[in-house]
Amino acid sequence: MFGADVHPDGSAAFLVGEAAVSRIFREEYGRSVASLIRAFGDIDAAEDAVQEAFAVALRKWPGDGLPPNPGGWITTTARNVAIDRQRREARGRELLREVAVLLPQKDDPGTAKEVGAVEDDRLRLIFTCCHPALSTEAQVALTLRLLGGLSTEEVARSFVVAEATMAQRIVRAKRKIKAARIPYRIPELHELPGRLRPVLAVVYLLYNAGPASPAEPDLRREAIRLARVLSTLMPNEPEVAGLLALLLLTESRRASRSRPDGSLVLLGEQDRTRWDRALIEEGQAIVRRYRRHGPPGPYMLQAAINAVHADAATVQQTDWSQIVALYDQLFAVSPTPVVALNRAIAIGEVQGPAAALPLVDELDLGDYYPFHATRADLLWRLGRADEAAAAYERAAALAPTKAERDFLKLGGRADVIKEAGR
Amino acid sequence: MAHYLLSVHSVAGEIREPMTDDEMKESFRQIGILEAEMKSSHSLVLSGRLHEPDTATVVRISNGEVLTTDGPFAESKEHLGGFYIIEADNLDAALAWATKVSKTIKRPIEVWPFVDVRS
Repeated sequence: MFGADVHPDGSAAFLVGEAAVSRIFREEYGRSVASLIRAFGDIDAAEDAVQEAFAVALRKWPGDGLPPNPGGWITTTARNVAIDRQRREARGRELLREVAVLLPQKDDPGTAKEVGAVEDDRLRLIFTCCHPALSTEAQVALTLRLLGGLSTEEVARSFVVAEATMAQRIVRAKRKIKAARIPYRIPELHELPGRLRPVLAVVYLLYNAGPASPAEPDLRREAIRLARVLSTLMPNEPEVAGLLALLLLTESRRASRSRPDGSLVLLGEQDRTRWDRALIEEGQAIVRRYRRHGPPGPYMLQAAINAVHADAATVQQTDWSQIVALYDQLFAVSPTPVVALNRAIAIGEVQGPAAALPLVDELDLGDYYPFHATRADLLWRLGRADEAAAAYERAAALAPTKAERDFLKLGGRADVIKEAGR
Repeated sequence: MAHYLLSVHSVAGEIREPMTDDEMKESFRQIGILEAEMKSSHSLVLSGRLHEPDTATVVRISNGEVLTTDGPFAESKEHLGGFYIIEADNLDAALAWATKVSKTIKRPIEVWPFVDVRS
């Protein structure tokens, strides 16, 4: 982050460059903004003060060295900036009353109730950002902006929209929070299922923003960081842990998941020695820890499926019947055609392609290219080469990237490509 | 404290399964209980149910003259059927009331914040 170095006067000191400050900015922004919103009841005032505090840091730290607790320093400085501004502004006191909507109410149980041992304003903030009264687009944008500390321009780039469009989206969302008085509170237990769902969905969406986004590595890192924060703050919510485990296990395969040209490597063809064992162990430990926490939800089930894959040294050694059983459970709680498709693929591994094909054929997924790729694969294995070729054609026509299209046109599997090349 | 409009929209010509007399009575009873709860918690400002849209009349000033026409103003299939104006701490509190209303009358409820005239 920053290197210990020797000063010209001979004393050891930390050299703090702009890069270090911006890294600290990314890490501490959400915590500071969340704490300032709680103190001052206004998002814009909090953001302005925290940004000002970082501007002060950029001036001071390179000369003075890094304070022992940079995050705490930023929050304290921002708090002083905000108080100064309020004093200076004649209407400060009046304004404070108006914006007091975001200040926790005395009788609000979300205020009194501490979240486990850790009380963190970031939890309030993410529930405000992901309030179901906001559109999913607004939820994602606000979460990245306020918790992730991304600039509006960075958020816009992440989702491939114009900066002006994104700026307007964020302004509108903040306006709605103020006008409709979306509160700054942790939902009560009975509200939690409905309120947690969009929070987890936003984090999952960030991770999967995908190769279409130039900020993809940042978004993946940010999603995992947020999932970690959430699972620390809500240790008793198995689905929060499930989401973190799912992201860690998915991330463990990242290096082997795509070719240099960006095309996808199927699970069965990945070089498993390149899987990240540390991430796998962390993810699997979470799955094991929550095994007896009652019926698992969709994130935990997907994590469990990935944990089984991670256990197998080769695709042939995969415990497919366990995977089928997990997909049965997943389909019971989340009966979507995509889950049904993956369940059919697993059944194909246990009972063979003849059992899987009719399950695939009955799905209404004509616009989803993995559906055609799966059909193609099953048809190929059944020796129905012409039909397989036609299905690969359809998959290729729907695939999102050129690398993907070329790959599917060649038969969608490395072994098929090899055969075609003979 | 803030004010919210909880509005109930009806769709013109939409055929709903007719309620039996008993169901009607039960529905009114439940609405009565809910409104009593709103009143006792000092949340209710005003509530009302509106006649069909073809009973509405529009008044507008055109070239300095009063022009009165058959309403409603908005030519749409959906129209305001009834409303509650409530006072609540924040959106979550308003949504809790909206949930209760929606469960009772089995219709979607739209929750609109009022502009605070003091600001």
